[in-house]
Amino acid sequence: MLKFILRRIGASALVLLGASLLMFFLTINSGDPLKDLRESNDPNREQLMAQRSELLRLDDSPWERYWDWLSGVGGCFTGNCDLGVTINGVDVLGLTQQAAVSTLRLITVATVLAIIVGIALGILTAIRQYSGFDYSITFSAFLFFSLPVFWAATLLKEFAAIQYNNWIADGHYAPWTIVIVAVVAGFLLQAVLGGTRKRRMLTAAAVFAFVTVILFVFNALDWWRNPMFGIGGVLVVSAAAGVLVTALVAGLRNRRALYAALTTVVVGVVAYLAFAPLLVNSPSWGLLAGLFVLAVLVSVGIGAAWGGYARKQSMLVTGITGVITSLMVFADLLIAHWASFLGVKSRPISTIGSQTPNFTGGFWEQVLDMATQILLPTILLTLVSVATHSRYTRSSMLETLNQDYVRTARSKGLSEREVIVKHAFRNALIPITTIVAFDFAALIGGAVITEQVFGWKGMGALFQDGLNAVDPAPVMAFFLVTGVAAVLMNLLADIAYAALDPRIRR
Amino acid sequence: MSDIRNSTPGGEDYEPQISVASTDAVGLAAGGSAAPLPGEDKSYSQGQLVARRFFRHRAALSSMIVLGIIIVVAFTSIGIGPIPGWWPNNYTLQYDKIGDGAPTWQYPFGQDTGGKDYFALVMRGTQFSLIIAFAVGIISTVVGTLIGALAGFYRGWVESVLMRLTDVFIVIPLLVVAAVLGKTASGWGIWGLALVLGLVTWTSLARLVRGEVLSLRERDFVLAAQAVGTSPWRIISKHVLPNAVGVIIVSATLSISSAILLETSLSFLGFGVQAPDTSLGTLINDYQAAFATRPWLFWWPGLMILAIALCVNFIGDGLRDAFDPRQNRTKD
Repeated sequence: MLKFILRRIGASALVLLGASLLMFFLTINSGDPLKDLRESNDPNREQLMAQRSELLRLDDSPWERYWDWLSGVGGCFTGNCDLGVTINGVDVLGLTQQAAVSTLRLITVATVLAIIVGIALGILTAIRQYSGFDYSITFSAFLFFSLPVFWAATLLKEFAAIQYNNWIADGHYAPWTIVIVAVVAGFLLQAVLGGTRKRRMLTAAAVFAFVTVILFVFNALDWWRNPMFGIGGVLVVSAAAGVLVTALVAGLRNRRALYAALTTVVVGVVAYLAFAPLLVNSPSWGLLAGLFVLAVLVSVGIGAAWGGYARKQSMLVTGITGVITSLMVFADLLIAHWASFLGVKSRPISTIGSQTPNFTGGFWEQVLDMATQILLPTILLTLVSVATHSRYTRSSMLETLNQDYVRTARSKGLSEREVIVKHAFRNALIPITTIVAFDFAALIGGAVITEQVFGWKGMGALFQDGLNAVDPAPVMAFFLVTGVAAVLMNLLADIAYAALDPRIRR
Repeated sequence: MSDIRNSTPGGEDYEPQISVASTDAVGLAAGGSAAPLPGEDKSYSQGQLVARRFFRHRAALSSMIVLGIIIVVAFTSIGIGPIPGWWPNNYTLQYDKIGDGAPTWQYPFGQDTGGKDYFALVMRGTQFSLIIAFAVGIISTVVGTLIGALAGFYRGWVESVLMRLTDVFIVIPLLVVAAVLGKTASGWGIWGLALVLGLVTWTSLARLVRGEVLSLRERDFVLAAQAVGTSPWRIISKHVLPNAVGVIIVSATLSISSAILLETSLSFLGFGVQAPDTSLGTLINDYQAAFATRPWLFWWPGLMILAIALCVNFIGDGLRDAFDPRQNRTKD
């Protein structure tokens, strides 16, 4: 396995090198870097042109310039990076460090969300093939990957951000809105859950009643402006998630797994109570990350302790439950700070930039600020990727569901859960890993456009400004960051591939 | 188990031969009478079968009609080049504004800030975007098919080069390399842009064709052709590629829809079509600030892109179902 990974890294490094050479030569030949000076009427034009030629080393051969860039990048391994200077003499390394953080955050969040949502939708549509639900998801998928991103971004800015900001100023639903939301929710859920006509009607009615009541209660409590989730909410939602995860992974008949999951939730909530003062008073990203790792380790430990004959399965169940519980705790902390966040920033969802400039607020308010800024670009990027992922997952699932071993599994009398999760889904995942890695490059391309529309000063802007000025240093910096990210993503996909399909490892 | 017929490897490729055999059988049974007996199943060629399956795909068929209407209207309404069209208004002239330029009967898409007829402008943008999209589709299909077929058939260094090139496209996102090349080609007009985009979008098709050829070259009919001394070129063009035609056509269709999105995105970023030429992406870029005051300037080009891309994608889906009936609704 290690040999396999090392070989992949070596091949990727070579490809990265070749691609960088290609990028460099294409960029420096894409236009005339002195164009704006040639057209200017400045009296010291000649001097400026000479100055810029000196700075960009236009008189040297392209190979020398490339070698210079490459050795500067090579310095990163020894601790003194040099990514060159821009056409205006600004150090690119500093620019890149600022820009890379926001862009990589955007791309990572979008990728993770797209994988989870896309695969889930793909499985559901494959199981409910040719149902109304399948048709509507299929149509939406076609719609989303026919969508011009830059156009949809402007629409989203108008309809999601500005309208929401107007609405949150008051924060109450009109009664007829509640009814419409409840009807839509009921309709969707009955389509997903399926079953006989009577069961569908019951599902729809129950969902309708639940949503209506909860929305009216929220209205009465002024929940949207002063939301709260509370320790009880964390407990209930995490426990429900634990039961769901157990049902999917191990089956509810495996009582040990179920008890392990519930223990994890209880331990998580107790730990939350213990750490709450620390989390509220002196939070930091380091603390959050540390606690998260601790939570996952403890959850897996609980799984191992409860496990019994199916230890590995229980560990998987408790691990996932632990992650979900941690996320719920995180969500609870964020929700608790929403009211104070609204106090600082009355129009929460902004359409420009990756962070509000001069934002004053505590740690949690700043996290919320970042979250609201990243929300719209993420939705946009995720939608397009979800469309591809769900389509590929669907066809891959349908392919495996038609295989003989699935028929055999069914005829052995295995439950539908075991057939779908263990026999069909695991095998369907194999081709999906490749698509996910490929799609990552498309996501980076999408990020360039989204950043432009939402006015982020990210890698996309670096690339675009650099290319406009025929300035290789920022363009290559963009390439370096996104290229390394893509290679890493690809490596992950390869490892996942090897883990899923033992034949590859040889 | 009704799948015995399909379980022969590559049952599809044998279909034409089966149908030929069955016509012969019918001919013999009928003792030379030409017309098949009433009630007896008519036999279809592979092409006819595909066409029948395609026309039964409702979404694909209606998409084809819509796309046809868009193409016809885009090219006839304002005319192309020196040939005048039937639309009375010109895209260069500024007319008196009616109100704030909102859509009226006279100007169905409204008027822009200077009073130009927006319908004519959008139609001109649609023309350019369609020309580029189809040109890119054709170029990338030809290049991709050629390289994929060569790589799959000869293996060896051609294949390694192809696979490394694909890896390069994982590392450099398509939009990025297209932007750099588009900027280089921006002085060469729309044909230059189309050529350049065609030269970077072939990789996914090449991979698909290569995969298909890799399996086809091991088949008995290729072996037989080799045994009688057929030249490799003839084997590729007469025996291998016709069997991969489904993959190629579907992929070509889908490459048109991705080309239209790629071109409009580039034009939006300013690395694609340059003035005086225009495209739907440039129109959106020009008027995106007008969204709050003159929303129609923003809606029409975007809806046009969406309509074209959606139609092409549905046609591609219909073609895929027609060529590859394994996942079809009527399972046989």
